[in-house]
Amino acid sequence: MTTNTRTTSGTSGPRATRRKPGGNREGLVKWTFVLPMMLFLLLFFCYPVLRNLAMSFQQWTVASFYEGGSPFVGLDNYIALVTDPIFGGAVLNTALFTAGSLSFQFVIGLGLAVFFQRRFPLSGTLRGLMLLPWLLPLVVSGAVFRWIYDEGFGVLNQLLLGLHLISDPIPWLSSTQYALTSAIIANIWVGVPFNLVILHSGLQAVPASLYEAAALDGAGPWQRFRMITLPLLRPVIAIVLMLGLIYTLKVFDMIMILTGGGPANASETLTTWSFALSFEEFDFGQGAAVGNLLIVVALVFALLYLRSIRNTFSSGGERG
Amino acid sequence: MITLGLALLLVTAGCTGGVSSRPADVVVELDHYTSAEAGRQFRSVLDRCAERFGLRVRRQNVPVDQLMPKVLRDATAHSLPDLLFVDNPDLKTVAKTGALTELSQYGLSGEGFYPGIVEAGSYRGKLYGLAPGVNGLALFYNRTMFERAGLEPPETWQEMRSAARELTEGSTHGIAFSAIASEEGSWQFEPFLWSNGGSLDSLDSRRPVEALEFWSGLVEDGLASRSVVNWNQNDVIDRFASGNAAMMINGSWALSSLDESGVDYGIVTLPTPSQDIAPKVPLGGEVGAIPETTPERQRDAARVLDCMLERDNMLDWTSDHAYVPARTKVAEQYAAERPVMKPFVEEVATGRARTAELGPRYREVSQGLADAIQATIAGSTSPRKALERAARIAANAD
Repeated sequence: MTTNTRTTSGTSGPRATRRKPGGNREGLVKWTFVLPMMLFLLLFFCYPVLRNLAMSFQQWTVASFYEGGSPFVGLDNYIALVTDPIFGGAVLNTALFTAGSLSFQFVIGLGLAVFFQRRFPLSGTLRGLMLLPWLLPLVVSGAVFRWIYDEGFGVLNQLLLGLHLISDPIPWLSSTQYALTSAIIANIWVGVPFNLVILHSGLQAVPASLYEAAALDGAGPWQRFRMITLPLLRPVIAIVLMLGLIYTLKVFDMIMILTGGGPANASETLTTWSFALSFEEFDFGQGAAVGNLLIVVALVFALLYLRSIRNTFSSGGERG
Repeated sequence: MITLGLALLLVTAGCTGGVSSRPADVVVELDHYTSAEAGRQFRSVLDRCAERFGLRVRRQNVPVDQLMPKVLRDATAHSLPDLLFVDNPDLKTVAKTGALTELSQYGLSGEGFYPGIVEAGSYRGKLYGLAPGVNGLALFYNRTMFERAGLEPPETWQEMRSAARELTEGSTHGIAFSAIASEEGSWQFEPFLWSNGGSLDSLDSRRPVEALEFWSGLVEDGLASRSVVNWNQNDVIDRFASGNAAMMINGSWALSSLDESGVDYGIVTLPTPSQDIAPKVPLGGEVGAIPETTPERQRDAARVLDCMLERDNMLDWTSDHAYVPARTKVAEQYAAERPVMKPFVEEVATGRARTAELGPRYREVSQGLADAIQATIAGSTSPRKALERAARIAANAD
């Protein structure tokens, strides 16, 4: 966008100097480029966020909707949240879900990316197929996972029983012990392609000559991976992890479809809890407050992400 | 959060299309009958009634769990439909917003209706909603399995448990029910709670604890699948229809899919702790209410609603939809004509409104109860402990 503005002002430069009174014209032109974006952000981003913030300080009951009375209650909503017995569990579940999903998604994704770095027959096709989990609507994959996990006739239990790995069917979704793990496994499956694609494209940028040189120096595969691949891939890894973290923090649909946050809140994360508070209990104030907590956490990581790409770009600029 | 933001945007967008943009001869109606079959049946009654007054109906429908959020959104934008059909335990919640009009001003009254459904349609002693039909839960049993085992359909808890034990074999469980973490889970448990003399008001007392011990015991002893905590009532129908459960607890809406599946089934009223206790089931079904719009629109909506509550229309709709007519006299005739519905009609007579004890607080308490059921069945919490927590939620509910 910046280049565009520059060329426009470049061609109209002489005329602009002739018309001195219209000196603001150039500024105006610049603004017209920025304005649609700003309007969009204000309307679809700032307004909902600010409104959400305001709601979290108000007491909402069903009567508030028709008669419009929603008194300001300060931090009451937040206090009610923190003292709610569900809160601790939801925070812990969110942390476990994010950490569990992210670490496995990344390790598997990286492994596959390195694997696909070699060329072999059908490697392109296979890599394309690996994208499928990402392309499927989450509702579809969620519903399929529900079948896979079914305690009675789900394929997973049948398989494990057939292999004599377990002697009793595991209640994947219907026990407080397993529900969160099951949701994490399903989410890992969904997230691997994203990691694979980004890391694979990052690997393409690593010059093959480096590997050749290392091989000549007698470096084994593990050393090549550790001393060449990992360091050169670092900026890409940072981006993958940061984006993955923000995506995973706000995962809602997968958990909702699989367990609905249950049984007995065993897989309740902050997102599903926020939904339950707002749209099942109609306590929009508390629901908004949970949403805000999530925004703050995501914001912290988003800032870290922005810093990391700024560093990447500036170091790339130096190199160029 | 995103949904919340979206909802708010919809609210702002909704402001532009308010009440005023509707043509005068159109009655806007909202309900949650999303299945093609139920939608078509409901539509035909609506159309017939609207035509009589030279009106047209613009029908909106949303899935059941989205109905209340939509109603609240519409209430904010003051663009509520002219005629609204909500699940009866939600009626008091909508009435509490102040958006509904009293039905007595249109000459409608609950006379001749089952007292339970009138109670469900009332808020603070005033009538805001009336239903053409109601439903309730009963026990469905697989006749083939019962005959093969030489069993009679159970009447008491003990009989139900022993029949379930006898019929549990391999992948077939003795009984299926829903213990999902929502209203459906509480509603399936409530008949057992009430028949045992318990009340939603004092969940931590002896009676409710006993009922929950019985309920979770069915899963603990392996007579019902542990997956009940994830099944809604449609999933329960699937298990029963495919022969994976010898009995199920479900409502009359299951009839059409069971007939399609070809399973040979019988229906009896829900078992109670002992034979001399009549089952106390919660009343289900939707009540029609008239939101505050303009006097003309309210009058038109009332005419349509009144027409739907007439004897013939009530009979038509309830026989199509397998509901029990909400007027006692009509229901008696109905039961005589359709023996399969007899257990449901019997139960409706002693049925009670879910909101009778708690009013608009019901919603929150029901959620607490559903969580307690889940904690006992899926977790390792004892029924007493789980219900004590639910009772605390009930005490704090506003």
